[in-house]
Amino acid sequence: MSDLKKTESQSGLLRRFWHSVFRGPVYPRDDSDRKLIVLSHLLLHFRPVRLPAKNLRYTHTWGLGGMSMTLFFVLAATGVLLMFVYEPSPGYAYDSIANLQTNLLFGKLIRNIHYWSANLLIVLVTFHLIRVYLTGAYYPPRQFNWVLGLLLLFCVLVSNFTGYLMPWDQLSYWAITIVTGMMGYAPFIGEWLQDVVRGGTEIGSTTLVNFYATHTTVMPALIIVLMMFHFWRIRKAGGVVIPRSPGEEKEEKPEQALTLPHLLLREFSVALVLIAFVMVLSVVFDAPLGEAANPGMSPNPAKAPWYFLGFQELLIHFDPLFAVVIIPLLGALGLFFIPYIRYEKDTSGIFMMSREGRRLGLVAALTALFITPVFIVADEYWIDWDAWMRGVSPVVSNGVLPATILGAALTGYCAFLKRRYSASNNEVVQFVFVLLSVAFVILTITEIWFRGPRMALVWPWSL
Amino acid sequence: MAGKKNKATRPKTKVPSASADVPGEVRISRRSFLGKLWLVIGGVALLEYLAIALDFVRPRRTRRDGENDTIVIAGPIERFEPDTVTAFPEGGFYLARLENGGFLALSRKCTHLGCTVPWNADEGSFVCPCHASAFDITGDVLDPPAPRALDLYPVRIENRIVKVDTRQVKKRRSFDPTQVTYA
Ligand code: HEM
Ligand code: FES
Repeated sequence: MSDLKKTESQSGLLRRFWHSVFRGPVYPRDDSDRKLIVLSHLLLHFRPVRLPAKNLRYTHTWGLGGMSMTLFFVLAATGVLLMFVYEPSPGYAYDSIANLQTNLLFGKLIRNIHYWSANLLIVLVTFHLIRVYLTGAYYPPRQFNWVLGLLLLFCVLVSNFTGYLMPWDQLSYWAITIVTGMMGYAPFIGEWLQDVVRGGTEIGSTTLVNFYATHTTVMPALIIVLMMFHFWRIRKAGGVVIPRSPGEEKEEKPEQALTLPHLLLREFSVALVLIAFVMVLSVVFDAPLGEAANPGMSPNPAKAPWYFLGFQELLIHFDPLFAVVIIPLLGALGLFFIPYIRYEKDTSGIFMMSREGRRLGLVAALTALFITPVFIVADEYWIDWDAWMRGVSPVVSNGVLPATILGAALTGYCAFLKRRYSASNNEVVQFVFVLLSVAFVILTITEIWFRGPRMALVWPWSL
Repeated sequence: MAGKKNKATRPKTKVPSASADVPGEVRISRRSFLGKLWLVIGGVALLEYLAIALDFVRPRRTRRDGENDTIVIAGPIERFEPDTVTAFPEGGFYLARLENGGFLALSRKCTHLGCTVPWNADEGSFVCPCHASAFDITGDVLDPPAPRALDLYPVRIENRIVKVDTRQVKKRRSFDPTQVTYA
């Protein structure tokens, strides 16, 4: 046995305690200290010691994944506080929130921060997905991390949805009614699914308990596990995808930079700016709290939470089987298969694949921007499949028929692009991705701001 | 080095057992069989956990019995004029008395997405505030998007007292006269 080192035996008690906690350097004097710090600290050793210098460019990732993680921790911190005052039962839920807002020190602020972080998280995770797609970060070895990301997106949506019911006011009660009502349209399992989610046939105390447990335990636990998995896969893939410009080959030995200080400093500043932004938002705008839920009185119009409104808008145009089952399912499957489609090229790191890809992407966005509103308005005032085809089941006249027409048009358009511009599979898939994403965003915006009483089309200022 | 040592002490699953050298006979070694068995048992345990979890979140009948899922005594038949609709908010239904004196207990839940439909006595119809579905006094659809007539609860008339059984709800496509209960 060798003798103990000097610092560990002869210095003062506090010093020895300090060195037992931080075994490496704490204040770095040079680069080798910085490497040691990253390696030896629990929270930092998740990070690599160095990373490709090009990945530091902010506009490559926009820091969206890191911001999502930051918001998750803000949500956890404020959520725990809310748990101490919230009572998950129909008789007390609303009052406990009202009490929190009026009687607790900074109660309203904490609730606002939780509210704004949750909504912002959906926006940022969606942007993150779009950035990952557009920078081609889903080719091997990152295929499965895309799937993990989708699972995270799913968990974030479920968290938001279950949280929506908690205040038990008119807004939350009827939004959950609408969404669970949509679930009822799934063939065969619809009613069963509805019963499982509601914990019964009605939205009541069992629903609230189901939602509360899911919101405060199941989802946070799943998200933490999935996040760790997600980050581990990024490291296994050698960090995030390295940006390159069209035509540029992948570098064998990219130039490296130290994580400390370069990456950590950037991440830290982005997180601080984000938190400051959420803070300002929460001071200026209050989370809504309407009248207490009244199961006997539905508001007009009744809408789902905003992130599901694209589907509610689809419901106005398509038969329910298509609007809430077939189309969302195809969308989910499409997203899932994105990394597993057979592509001709590996365009990882190139923003929108190639110059051709960028041009086609722009065409897709403009097409959707033009066609979607035209279709919405046309369907509102002129198209009436039901009346044109009396006696035909609405599943056919309002579902199979329009869906087939739209699907055929899209397929034909893609075939045309492939022929005319000799586009690769990569570019055609990106074309469809951009087109459908923009269309979905427009549907969502329409339903949020352009649908008034009885779901008629109105201008936002007359809402 | 630990890895190598392991390999030496722990035989691989493919190590042939005493009788495996009989030509043409494929045998799973006992070790690999037991290994697979553990996997199966683990899988079964996981499935059991999931099944229990589902049962925990699904309808908890004992909890609901005490609430409003019981038989509602609406009152003597004279209390309900023909061609009127009376709301029973605790039961979550409307008692409709048709012109011919028959009774229907209509669920107040819109069949589109589940909003509560109010009765509009002036127009003689139910109009859903959420997406404007309309239903007539028998619950039949007047205006879409509602796909089906309003759900029914069974009505019984005993000693000229109207009772509605709110425990089970009956779904239907549209109204037909056999659904009506007469005194
Ligand atoms: C709670 C949700 C999520 C969190 C906290 C999260 C976090 C992160 C972080 C911190 C990164 C590092 C790079 C960056 O900051 O952009 C990253 C990368 C990545 N994320 Fe996510 N993410 C989430 C959801 C998603 C979703 C919805 C997808 C797509 C379906 C996705 C797919 C990926 C992929 C493929 C990478 C590797 C990117 C590359 O190599 O350039 N993630 N994520
Ligand atoms: S819920 Fe009644 S019309 Fe939609």
